[in-house]
Amino acid sequence: MSATFDRKVHNTLADANLQLAIYRATGRLIDHRKQAVTPEALPEYQELRAQANALKRHTIDHLDHYLERFEANVTAHGGKVVWCRNATEVADFVLGLAKERQARLIVKSKSMTTEEIDLNERLEHHHLQSVETDLGEYILQLAHQRPYHIVAPALHLTRYEVGDLFARTLGVANETVVEKQTMIARAVLREKFLAADVGITGANFLVADSGAVVLVENEGNARLTTSAPRIHIAVAGIEKLIPRAQDLAVFLKLLGRSATGQAMTVYTSFLSGPRRGDEIDGPEEFYVVLLDNGRTRLLADSGKRESLYCIRCGACLNHCPVYRKIGGHSFPWVYSGPIGAIITPQFMGVKFEPSLPFASSLCGACAEVCPVKIDIPKVLLDLRAEVKQDERCSGVNRLERLAFKVWAWVMCHPRVYEIAAVVAAGMAPAEGRAWLRKVPTPMNLPPVKAWLSQRDLPPAPARSFREMWRRR
Amino acid sequence: MSREHILHTVRTALKRGAGQGIAEPPPVRLRVPEVDPDTRVARMLSRVEALAGKTLRAPSMDEARVYTAEVLGGRSAVASNAPFLRECGIGGLPGVETGFTDSAALRARCAVVDVGITSADYALADTGTLVMLAGLAEARLISLLPPVHIAVVPAARVLSGLDELLTLVSHPAEQTSSMVMITGPSRTADIEQILVRGVHGPGEIHVVVVG
Repeated sequence: MSATFDRKVHNTLADANLQLAIYRATGRLIDHRKQAVTPEALPEYQELRAQANALKRHTIDHLDHYLERFEANVTAHGGKVVWCRNATEVADFVLGLAKERQARLIVKSKSMTTEEIDLNERLEHHHLQSVETDLGEYILQLAHQRPYHIVAPALHLTRYEVGDLFARTLGVANETVVEKQTMIARAVLREKFLAADVGITGANFLVADSGAVVLVENEGNARLTTSAPRIHIAVAGIEKLIPRAQDLAVFLKLLGRSATGQAMTVYTSFLSGPRRGDEIDGPEEFYVVLLDNGRTRLLADSGKRESLYCIRCGACLNHCPVYRKIGGHSFPWVYSGPIGAIITPQFMGVKFEPSLPFASSLCGACAEVCPVKIDIPKVLLDLRAEVKQDERCSGVNRLERLAFKVWAWVMCHPRVYEIAAVVAAGMAPAEGRAWLRKVPTPMNLPPVKAWLSQRDLPPAPARSFREMWRRR
Repeated sequence: MSREHILHTVRTALKRGAGQGIAEPPPVRLRVPEVDPDTRVARMLSRVEALAGKTLRAPSMDEARVYTAEVLGGRSAVASNAPFLRECGIGGLPGVETGFTDSAALRARCAVVDVGITSADYALADTGTLVMLAGLAEARLISLLPPVHIAVVPAARVLSGLDELLTLVSHPAEQTSSMVMITGPSRTADIEQILVRGVHGPGEIHVVVVG
């Protein structure tokens, strides 16, 4: 475990208020989802999951075809597709366009893909202001933090912290009533919407047969971002494609319910191209940035390819016993929870944080609630094997390998095993029948110590099974 | 250049050739239940109410107009160019401006008026959703900028749900650059998961079903 990961985890565990906030927020999301997918509320739930999985599998397995179809349809409706390999290419495109159109202000709606490439920071570095407009994301931008959760980005902050933050950064009175805080943000952001030249969004889905970007939200900020400014840019990973508009009947039913328990979120926008001849409002220019940023590397591995099926509902985070204790900011990259644990090593390489695939109890709750049926525990196991393979090749953890070799040899030699058991029991004597919390100094070496810091050892019995067997 | 690079890498990863055909995609899954018109309207309105929207089943267009006038109570409003609103006589109510065809003028008014009045192309009973296709009849900003939204919809446009909508409108992009589905008032729960309505869009929504 890297020192940073370790420190963040321990800080989170030690913060009682934060523990309560995470537990409450995820608990509420669990309840809402549960009520929305009962057999009474949604009899066809399992059928929809199977269909969503089949559709994603088909699309990802034929991704080149659907990317080309999508591009052709965007172009046919007067929009433009921009292909980007990485963060730099996206920033260059946005900066170039902004310069050409003399744009000074950008409004942005929530997008994990733009978090992934630090788009705001890159634009601000070139003196182009980019304002987040989702309430939670706006708060985080003011606080210079990254999202804590895929769908509830600011769940770790209290209203008092938000009050202090608004007072400090916006020069308003310190307000702790949430309704009033929301209205402060509404007023500030409304001006930004009306003044902005460019709106940047992500995409929940890209519809190949329509050349459309689908956005799902509750606040209305994505609608404003795509309706008020004269340029709309959607930044999306290449895996966001679905074949047909009609397939939304499957995905929209699953996404809202899995994320927040909503049968439909407040606003679902289906956007294809700039404003047309007889339409009164809407953007004059429409761009879709198709981003690779590591996705094609992942695509090549057919065993783990299903990681790209994710529709970012966040259900696996809420149901993960590890996420619920260590929280979102302990994770080393923008994606947290079980989905973060499988896509981070694949996007960034296993060396980025080798202990990440091990930060799981493999209980399987994530796979059970995943609306597109990604087998997250299986992918985690594959990644663990990769981490170990990588360590083997680079010759680290020789001690661990040696220990397991010795262990294997002992286990294969019954006489040696028996002697070892007697010696071990002698070195860690039972105090009464109490569980062992630590063993005496000669054996209390760092690996054993670390292991026992989280676990209690049962005391050795007075007589071993083998002994009892012999004396039966 | 990035285009060719990405497509080439995708094809290599999938072991596919350029222009290679594809397997048949899984068949479209749409299930349209039989629901009689009265049940649809009743379900639609009860869903909207569950989301804290206000509703009225108006037997006639006159009653829809009277209700709209009551909600307005003399406040300023922009009404869309939907023919149905004209038929109801809503464009002629005091304080209501309508007939906008210029983007800048529409936006300037929507930013300051109290109420936006629209019709809807469809409504979805099982979720309480309004469906609007942007065009000359419906602009995007009328249902978005003013703090109150009133939608007046003929009963015949109430569908059973999303599956029926996507059966009737299988290719929304052929008709409009923007199809929006609106389900209740704008809301957020981003601070301590406390529900607040009207964060960016209208916090108050009225749905009037006529006939």
